[in-house]
Amino acid sequence: MNSVNDRNRDIGEYIPAPDDDMLVCRCEEITKGEIRRAVHEGMYTLTEIRRYLRIGMGLCQGQTCSKMVKGIVARELGVSPAELEPATSRVPMRPIEMDVFARERKEA
Amino acid sequence: MKRYDLIIVGAGPSGLSAAIEAAKRGLQVVVFDENERPGGQLFKQIHKFFGSKEHKAKIRGFNIGKQLLEEATELGVEVRLNATVIGMYMEKEITVKREGEIEHYKGDAIIVATGAAENMVNFKGWTLPGVIGAGAAQTMMNMHGIKPGEKVLMLGTGNVGLVVSFQLLQCGCEVVALADAAPRIGGYGVHAAKVSRTGVPFYLSHTIKEVEGTDHVTGVTIAEVDSKFQFIAGTEKHFDVDTVCVAVGLSPMSQLLKMAGCKMEDNPKRGGQVPIVDEYGETSIPGVFVAGDVSGIEEASSAMIEGRIAGVAASEYLGYIDEKELTEEFEKNEATLDGLRQGMFAPKNRRKLIEKTEEGCEISTNLLKYGFVADNEIERYPGVTRKAGIHPVMECTQNIPCNPCQDACPKGCIKIGEKITSLPAVDETAQCIGCGMCVASCSGQAIFLVDETYEDEYASITLPYEFLPLPEKGEKGIALGRDGKFVCEAEVVDIKSVKAFDHTNLLTIKIPKEFVMKARFYKAK
Repeated sequence: MNSVNDRNRDIGEYIPAPDDDMLVCRCEEITKGEIRRAVHEGMYTLTEIRRYLRIGMGLCQGQTCSKMVKGIVARELGVSPAELEPATSRVPMRPIEMDVFARERKEA
Repeated sequence: MKRYDLIIVGAGPSGLSAAIEAAKRGLQVVVFDENERPGGQLFKQIHKFFGSKEHKAKIRGFNIGKQLLEEATELGVEVRLNATVIGMYMEKEITVKREGEIEHYKGDAIIVATGAAENMVNFKGWTLPGVIGAGAAQTMMNMHGIKPGEKVLMLGTGNVGLVVSFQLLQCGCEVVALADAAPRIGGYGVHAAKVSRTGVPFYLSHTIKEVEGTDHVTGVTIAEVDSKFQFIAGTEKHFDVDTVCVAVGLSPMSQLLKMAGCKMEDNPKRGGQVPIVDEYGETSIPGVFVAGDVSGIEEASSAMIEGRIAGVAASEYLGYIDEKELTEEFEKNEATLDGLRQGMFAPKNRRKLIEKTEEGCEISTNLLKYGFVADNEIERYPGVTRKAGIHPVMECTQNIPCNPCQDACPKGCIKIGEKITSLPAVDETAQCIGCGMCVASCSGQAIFLVDETYEDEYASITLPYEFLPLPEKGEKGIALGRDGKFVCEAEVVDIKSVKAFDHTNLLTIKIPKEFVMKARFYKAK
């Protein structure tokens, strides 16, 4: 476990900021304040944040917001964004209807 | 499951270049692309490219795309469009979404050339309709012929921000300003200068504080930031705009490589999450290669060469060529790639402040801060000389890898030399005939023909002009300076548009002699 994930580390109290109501993940409508609060609630990794808030799991699959989320979480933890493990990449890489996902083409 | 020798993901400049090299060597190649048209971003690029002849310099981006596609098709490469690769697995298997179904393919080698996605930034109002990415603006203008807005503010002064601002001007939008949080313009000075001389102001160390509007953008407020990027109170500037265009960099789209298990690293110099690769672009998984922006953000010209290297390396991996051919091809390509990676904007110089050119001339600080070389700075560069009779004035002031002007002159007036990044210099022994080939060949629109002895009281300036409608011969308008401000009255005395100029029109204006080193743009009254 790297030091970023050390839950005993004191990152201080959550302090409200004037731009906490700003949307960061527009697909799932998650605000900057919600992300900052999630960190203080113990979500130190991007994977946890994603599962906790559904951030980056909407239509664009994090294409727009993941870099910004990384920046916000890193700042809250007092580390550099490059130190954070990026969220897992999984199939499907693009949003896709279940109807299509389950429809395998039959070999001719 | 269908099998191919080589699967390429992405039909952009690097993917198509890789396909061409592999198909030439006998590989059966398929290229998948999620878009309805191939070429990646190339078909949105209407400007002439930088580089040298071997890198297809001075050809407009979309024409490079056409050439690559024709070559690939002739060699029998299958290009499948509207085909989204949604997954990449062990043993080089991929799944593709096409026509509402999922298809499975297996390649003996795979080249991932998925490119990059645009970055976004958060500010109050960033989700309002009218806030768009620079890529979206290009798609609207250059693919679909739609004007993105009437009045636009551009955030970002990298090459994308600069090039797209110029395109917005070309399509008839008013660009109210360019803002960038960085203290210096990030892209090529020549790109900034051509925007600046039309009268668009630059605000460096400024970023967006708020975008206003209820259901769409109606205005934007920018403010100055200090060295820690915090707003400085009282520095706010407001603009009435209907569009805010964001060009704040790109991030590699490397998710497929990550899910396949390639070793990755977070490398800010390369733009984010990138695979760890060797000199051939091979990842930690043997037979899985990458090319282009997916392994580090660079220009399309470098992407094409990386593509060629990966295409050749995949051929060797599969035994179609021997190691000797691989090494030879690699060394050839590596040399050109190295040439492109030189100069002030080389990846290794990213974010560095360079104060002098390779020739020892001081870099224009005005250019970095305001987008144009100041009148008292311009004569320090080797391309800027004064003499009787018509001659070229090359306002090329930064070391960038580009040299088409040298070959364009039939009389050999322009010298760059072996090193592609050197500033062009005037060969005093050669005689300029005023043909204008150099003016049209300069991708940075930085070459002018100046004749200080045109008439007794008047001088003539021939400048590159890529706006419509074209003025008419005899029309009287105004000449603008490098800063886009009024210099003097001007009369259009000639307009040349020949095929060899490739849509860059040459406008010759007549101005009072004393303004010969100031006037650099023409505007109708």
